[in-house]
Amino acid sequence: MVRGRWHTYRHGSSQKWRSQSRNFNVIILPPDPSHHKSILHTDRARFRSMAITFAGGVILGADSRTTTGAYIANRVTDKLTRVSDTIWCCRSGSAADTQAVADIVSYHLGMYATMEGKQPTVGVAAGLFQEICYANKEQLSAGIIIAGHHPSHGGSVYSIPLGGSLHRQSYAIGGSGSTYIYGYCDSYWKENMSEADGIGFVKGALREAIKWDGSSGGVIRMVVLTDKGAKRLLFLPDQGYEGPGDK
Amino acid sequence: MNHLPQAWGRPRNAILGAYNPSILQPSGPKAHTTSPIVTGTSVLAVKFKDGVVIAADNLASYGSLARFTDVKRLRTFNRRTVVGFGGDVSDMQYLDRLLLSLDIEENYGSSGHDLNALNLHTYLAKVMYKRRSDINPLWNQLLVAGLDGLDQPFLSSVDLLGTTFSSPTLATGFGAHLAQPLLRKVVDDEAKVGSVTREQATNAVRECMKVLFYRDARSLDKYSIAVITKDGVELKEDEELENQSWAFAEMIKGYGTQTV
Repeated sequence: MVRGRWHTYRHGSSQKWRSQSRNFNVIILPPDPSHHKSILHTDRARFRSMAITFAGGVILGADSRTTTGAYIANRVTDKLTRVSDTIWCCRSGSAADTQAVADIVSYHLGMYATMEGKQPTVGVAAGLFQEICYANKEQLSAGIIIAGHHPSHGGSVYSIPLGGSLHRQSYAIGGSGSTYIYGYCDSYWKENMSEADGIGFVKGALREAIKWDGSSGGVIRMVVLTDKGAKRLLFLPDQGYEGPGDK
Repeated sequence: MNHLPQAWGRPRNAILGAYNPSILQPSGPKAHTTSPIVTGTSVLAVKFKDGVVIAADNLASYGSLARFTDVKRLRTFNRRTVVGFGGDVSDMQYLDRLLLSLDIEENYGSSGHDLNALNLHTYLAKVMYKRRSDINPLWNQLLVAGLDGLDQPFLSSVDLLGTTFSSPTLATGFGAHLAQPLLRKVVDDEAKVGSVTREQATNAVRECMKVLFYRDARSLDKYSIAVITKDGVELKEDEELENQSWAFAEMIKGYGTQTV
């Protein structure tokens, strides 16, 4: 355990939080030699995942495949991870790494809510993710998209690629299959879409990525985060991704 | 199996030390196939009492990219034998041309006897072994399915090393790990082939194609399936998987403690 460095958060709040962060402990994960050579197959999530802002909040979407090499270790993975009630994240890269990081952030956000008596903003969550990903950049293989809704700020999306940098965007795509949909997303993206249009955009983009990326398939999972809370959606491949939706 | 040249015919590295790659230096501009580029995945086949069922999906992958989705990896020969190709697609196309020229040659001065599946398999085995011995393999594993000289069901494999083997059920690639156990439940012994019906064999193959689509990250849900009997070859090239199981995904939430 080492002391974490203090980062200035644009969305940081009270003095109390600052002093807490000074003692913020970052866990340096022990170097794992098997992780970077491909001798042992690590559970890599060959992800296609994305998050978008829309008029009412944010929508996260992901496929459901985790592979070890060409073997599909899990065909119904849930890559949309809750770190707080209205802040979720899409995990791509090493499944083990991203699960560990998400668990840590989830713990700290719970502590924040208890100590501050209010919900953390999405920026706070994104900052926590960044602290961990950046400080441990040599050992981690994690690409994370954070998306959430906050009553004061509406919906926001942040992207943390491999190096541990933090980028706020109106929509973010990530994972290996995302390379196939940069053009698609760039062409079809519109700011402030309705929920239905937003769902259509995410579904269309993920379908294209699934179609081309051999490491893909499975179901499409989505989570819609608005002032009403979190709503899960599911679309199955053998129903042409039309349903069951939110049933 | 480790198909890379440095592993052929030698004991494990722990016994002999690491392979010395300086032996493999190419001398001159000749290009030898060292790794497959555009590849096809599994091929499966099962013998039944009147013939053989063989199937392969319609995908050619470029690494992890699902590049070509209309590739027919089951090729008929002589209207009586079907060869299923897994592995490099350019080598598959070369073999296709080779078999075509063989067919043309055989039709000259033929005494009315066509090459049957057994003959074709022997020919292919010799071609594959010759290429292997030139350290320039055709990077494929082939299943040859049809009838032999006595009109009995014939099914045999030949691969990039020239290794051949035969069995009532065969599968290449991922199929060897995932599909073979399922196919062997239907017919696990040559003696049982005589009691397997066409429907049993076809259903087993279709179920295995579904399992492979679930678990092989380089597979497709569209496939070709052929049934060879003494009446000829019945080849269907645009089959789609039916009755997939995905609805249970709704019950999966998170990865450990998450409940929403």
